[in-house]
Amino acid sequence: MQRTAEQIEQDLLRPIFTSTVKYKVALVLSASLVLAGIAAFGYQLYSGIGVWGINSPVFWAFDITNFVFWIGISHAGTLISAILRLCNASWRRPVTRCAEAITVFAIVIGGLVPLCHIGRPWLAYWMIPYPNQRGIWPNFRSPLAWDFFAISTYLTGSTTFLYLPTIPDFAAVRDSAKGFRKVIYRALALGWQGTPRQWQRLEIAMHIMAIAIVPVAVSVHTIVSWDFSMTLVPMWHSTIFGPYFVIGAIFSGIAALILAMALLRKFLHLEDYLRPLHFNNLGKLLLTTSLLWFYFTFAERLTTWYGNSPSEMDVFWVSIRQNFSPAFWIMVVCNFVIPVPILSIKRFRTITGTAIASSTIIVGMWLERFLIIVPALDHKFLRYAWGSYRPTWVEDTLMASSFGMMALLYLLFAKAVPMISIWEMKVGLQPHGGGIITTAPTKRPAHGLVLEGPLPTDVPE
Amino acid sequence: MKVVYGLFADPETAQRAVDALHAACSELKFEERQIVIVSGEPHEGYDFADSHLTSLPYRWAVLGGAIGALSGYLLTTLTQKAYPIATGGMPITPPWTNGIIIYEMTMLGTILMTLIVLLRGARLPNFKGVITDPGIWLGKILVGVADPLERLKPELEECLLNAGATEIKEFSGVSG
Repeated sequence: MQRTAEQIEQDLLRPIFTSTVKYKVALVLSASLVLAGIAAFGYQLYSGIGVWGINSPVFWAFDITNFVFWIGISHAGTLISAILRLCNASWRRPVTRCAEAITVFAIVIGGLVPLCHIGRPWLAYWMIPYPNQRGIWPNFRSPLAWDFFAISTYLTGSTTFLYLPTIPDFAAVRDSAKGFRKVIYRALALGWQGTPRQWQRLEIAMHIMAIAIVPVAVSVHTIVSWDFSMTLVPMWHSTIFGPYFVIGAIFSGIAALILAMALLRKFLHLEDYLRPLHFNNLGKLLLTTSLLWFYFTFAERLTTWYGNSPSEMDVFWVSIRQNFSPAFWIMVVCNFVIPVPILSIKRFRTITGTAIASSTIIVGMWLERFLIIVPALDHKFLRYAWGSYRPTWVEDTLMASSFGMMALLYLLFAKAVPMISIWEMKVGLQPHGGGIITTAPTKRPAHGLVLEGPLPTDVPE
Repeated sequence: MKVVYGLFADPETAQRAVDALHAACSELKFEERQIVIVSGEPHEGYDFADSHLTSLPYRWAVLGGAIGALSGYLLTTLTQKAYPIATGGMPITPPWTNGIIIYEMTMLGTILMTLIVLLRGARLPNFKGVITDPGIWLGKILVGVADPLERLKPELEECLLNAGATEIKEFSGVSG
């Protein structure tokens, strides 16, 4: 059904000014998880990092798993949104902001994990590699220093990418709000009016940002993979890790996006905007990445098995047949066996179907990160140095709390910002469907810039 | 600031109004830069919307990338040379690993420059004289003239109505 600009305005601003019971319950639940995490972190600060289960030789476990997992989830938004914008996919409009918000919050949560791990977070600034008088040599050869640059660039880029197209919507809320809320939105809108000059500059800026953010997103997870592959630990020192991590990140990111959209649709009553078509299209992308993930996992394992290096085979078998085999096979089931049939058959590629597949993928991808990290450290080279790892309640609570924090930040964001870009939805109503500015051959040689189009005014179900 | 404006239901009539205002500016004693156009969404493909098209932000973004790359090079190289530790024959400033940081700084420079150019180009932030009307969020387009001569206001209103304005309004002071 074609909606009018007025209806779009009302529907998408409504969640900001009203709250449903479901929303409030979700807010309380997620806030409770965050409070539990804060309590666990307080206990850890008071007692020391020894309250975690990590010990020689497993010094990285749940924390790094969570770090890699959340940085992976962050690929949902900005990367997918940027690609869809550059492809000028008209169905992207209701999806992009949901996706971009996931990115920003996931990076923030991922970035908090190292702060917890260092034990003394008040000295976190020691990790920043710059010339200093403390006698700390900033080691630019270290992948951890690369992480700092990659993640801070990605966070800056993603926040900008989220904020810029939100400015006109902040102005829309500003003009509808009253009292203190109006003051806040007035500041957030930066005095946006909507002059042709402002629209032109915004669209050009979004185009540049979309071009710039794709290589940054790819580099971020490649660099995260190098945290592992630059070391000589068995099954880590692999050239496939870069693309393997990037695919895994996009895979888990799309799953997180689908799940978030399904929940938003219910909690904020956005059924008319987040439609089966969007879940169907994202489901196809999820299916592609599931197959790619399986291909990379198979290629990585096959190469190790064929090489038959004793130290690598120890790690190989411990994850497939021994201690970690339940986790490994649950991962395979969650990432491949369940999602592929659901997503391959059009009849099952519904909102419920894609949400079920996404839920299993989230579990599977967390396990995948865990299985990359812990078995390799557990069974490293000489047998006398082997160890074992069992997480404590503090680590369990912090992990659960990270999910709670994601939900809480997302819910609060949904209360403050229209979760679907109002102005982009209105552009979709225009006869040419709106286009992005390109530098393609032009109808107006004097300017050198034209619109792409024509595009359908709305996408079919 | 005072603005006399009309609200237009679609970009075609808004374009007609802009053309009429351009034609009447000498008669009604205002300059072309006093014409105000505000909408709740972009309307590409119309002269009034495309008159600010430019490729300059792309060039600025490239310059931002270059500045970022230079900053990355200086940060890594100068820092490493400031701490001349023994590296066992390895280069003090390794190009491969420094390249990763230079790459990230290049992208950061591009992103920050794009943001700066947008804010400057779109004249943001601007908390004075924000011209707005509830109608623009309902799909209408505001076309008017800022600070017109008081005695010529009736002619201006007539010009806007003739072009197809659904209603004529006056805005004075700061809104939003």
